[in-house]
Amino acid sequence: MSREILQVSDLSMRFGGLLAVNGVGLTVKEKQVVALIGPNGAGKTTVFNCLTGFYKPSGGTILLDGQPIQGLAGHQIARKGVVRTFQNVRLFKEMTALENLLIAQHRHLNTNFFAGLFKTPSFRRSEKEAMERAQYWLEKVNLTEFANRTAGTLAYGQQRRLEIARCMMTQPRIIMLDEPAAGLNPKETEDLKALIGYLRESHNVTVLLIEHDMKLVMSISDHIVVINQGTPLADGTPEEIRCNPDVIKAYLGEA
Amino acid sequence: MNRNLKQAFFSALLVWAVAFPVLGLKLSIDGISLIVHSQGSFTISIIAVCSILMFLRVLFDKQWSSVMGGGSDRKLIPPSVSNFLTLPKTQRWIILGLIVAALIWPFFGSRGAVDIATLILIYVLLGLGLNIVVGLAGLLDLGYVGFYAVGAYSYAMLSHYLGWSFWVCLPIAGLMAATFGFLLGFPVLRLRGDYLAIVTLGFGEIIRLFLRNLTDWTGGPNGISNIPKPEFFGLTFERRAAEGMQTFHEFFGLEYNSINKVIFLYLVALLLALLALFVINRLLRMPIGRAWEALREDEIACRALGLNPTVIKLSAFTLGACFAGFAGSFFAARQGLVTPESFTFIESAIILAIVVLGGMGSQLGVILAAIVMILLPELMREFSEYRMLMFGALMVLMMIWRPQGLLPMQRPHMELRR
Repeated sequence: MSREILQVSDLSMRFGGLLAVNGVGLTVKEKQVVALIGPNGAGKTTVFNCLTGFYKPSGGTILLDGQPIQGLAGHQIARKGVVRTFQNVRLFKEMTALENLLIAQHRHLNTNFFAGLFKTPSFRRSEKEAMERAQYWLEKVNLTEFANRTAGTLAYGQQRRLEIARCMMTQPRIIMLDEPAAGLNPKETEDLKALIGYLRESHNVTVLLIEHDMKLVMSISDHIVVINQGTPLADGTPEEIRCNPDVIKAYLGEA
Repeated sequence: MNRNLKQAFFSALLVWAVAFPVLGLKLSIDGISLIVHSQGSFTISIIAVCSILMFLRVLFDKQWSSVMGGGSDRKLIPPSVSNFLTLPKTQRWIILGLIVAALIWPFFGSRGAVDIATLILIYVLLGLGLNIVVGLAGLLDLGYVGFYAVGAYSYAMLSHYLGWSFWVCLPIAGLMAATFGFLLGFPVLRLRGDYLAIVTLGFGEIIRLFLRNLTDWTGGPNGISNIPKPEFFGLTFERRAAEGMQTFHEFFGLEYNSINKVIFLYLVALLLALLALFVINRLLRMPIGRAWEALREDEIACRALGLNPTVIKLSAFTLGACFAGFAGSFFAARQGLVTPESFTFIESAIILAIVVLGGMGSQLGVILAAIVMILLPELMREFSEYRMLMFGALMVLMMIWRPQGLLPMQRPHMELRR
């Protein structure tokens, strides 16, 4: 099959005396959808924060294409093509949907001070391309008519979609979604599923997600990693996870 | 009713507490000691009347607001007008109109008026610069006056020691201030919010004290005087030119008139302000301008998208400082004298008040606020003792009626091509 893009081994994160993540490992192959599940407080978001450089992991290695990235700053990791969404949507609320998408393209644009000051042809071209890309993704997430609305005034589901579109503007290789279906209605969840499928098929993006909606997780994932109280519990295909006794016990409690 | 009564009583007491020490007491010097005496029964009775009025006003608050027609529902300006005024397009036209007016009127205005207008333009320049840092990037900078001082002293010292002309020193002063902004920004910008404000406040004071105590170079508290005014392509505006130079009125065969100098200074200030307006206007539509605003909104999201917050913050800080440098060197040229006392914290506070009063991030707002903040004290010179009182009253009224600033700007609409 395709090659491994992200390899995490023995990842641990300690906050003072609390060991929030202990020895978690996961391997993600290109164009896979991998889900990270576990009960509340299991340390899933902490793993995400370590992977995206928001926390500096206390131990373990994270290899992106075989290159270690642990300990790099958040923006450096994002520049390598690993971007994320947040559990509680983090849009630029006072700015319009379109501007949100333009900002995300920052490092692909002509940021030369004098080019912008005198509107050189290369600057105009770069801005035009940015607008076109933004327009393309606005269409893909059905937000074209809201392009000039400030992001904070959009409905919750729309904000979630805009956040995913914003990630895609950075032309990522891995997109990490933190509970993308939280607060969505069944119809919106279906749309989300289609969108994730589309990202993978048409834009060669690898998807790593945290999600509590088991129906979504089971139907979309190629591989599932379960963690419980910071430690890895199980690891396998959706079928294997579904009938793993440890997982059932962790989720439902002992009979 | 009981609660109302208590509140009314408390408000009346508050009137006494505020007004009596300020208005009711008088200090006079007797030999070497200071004597406090009462201001006389007339003032006391005015305070008493005020406190009674306040008592009644609070006691009958409900009745009062119903008489005034629904109180808070009534807006100072109808929403449709306010919406029209905050549109970016309208504001652009207003600015264009202001620029045309600003170009024409000094030739008909009086000498004093042009002089005040020049001062206003300096504050417009400073306000626009600080607007980048505070309004756009959301970094509360209380030490902005430090960079103003760096700009002023750069020109003063270069011209004093090396005899360089204003036009050569102007870009150098901008660069110097920008360099200082960059160097100070490095350690400071790790902090956020209140902490940043306090540290920048400290840095502003450090720069001033530094200039004050570096007596050998900066002249200490006496400052540097006899700084030459800008020249018009090598022509001075003085009555008599120095050796090997020519004066403006001789060259053009005009009668010497000291107002020419004032108008020329005004036009230089206008040029600088227009330059700043143009640059900032472009910046807003450039990736870096968008990144500043994004950073103000959510720093974590910025990092997650691969934007380097340090670089973006530093660029805002440096550019803001650069404009302060320009303003400073012009200030030195206009004044002909720089002392550390021109760069106290109160200057920073005034510039910040201009930005906040104008509506954060709005250029037209900054221009209007600069006019209000500088013109009002000049017009009311007779009341100069009550300047701070009026300043406070203005701030309170703003908070109540227009917490978003005089003229905030709506987000620009960008048309999508289909």
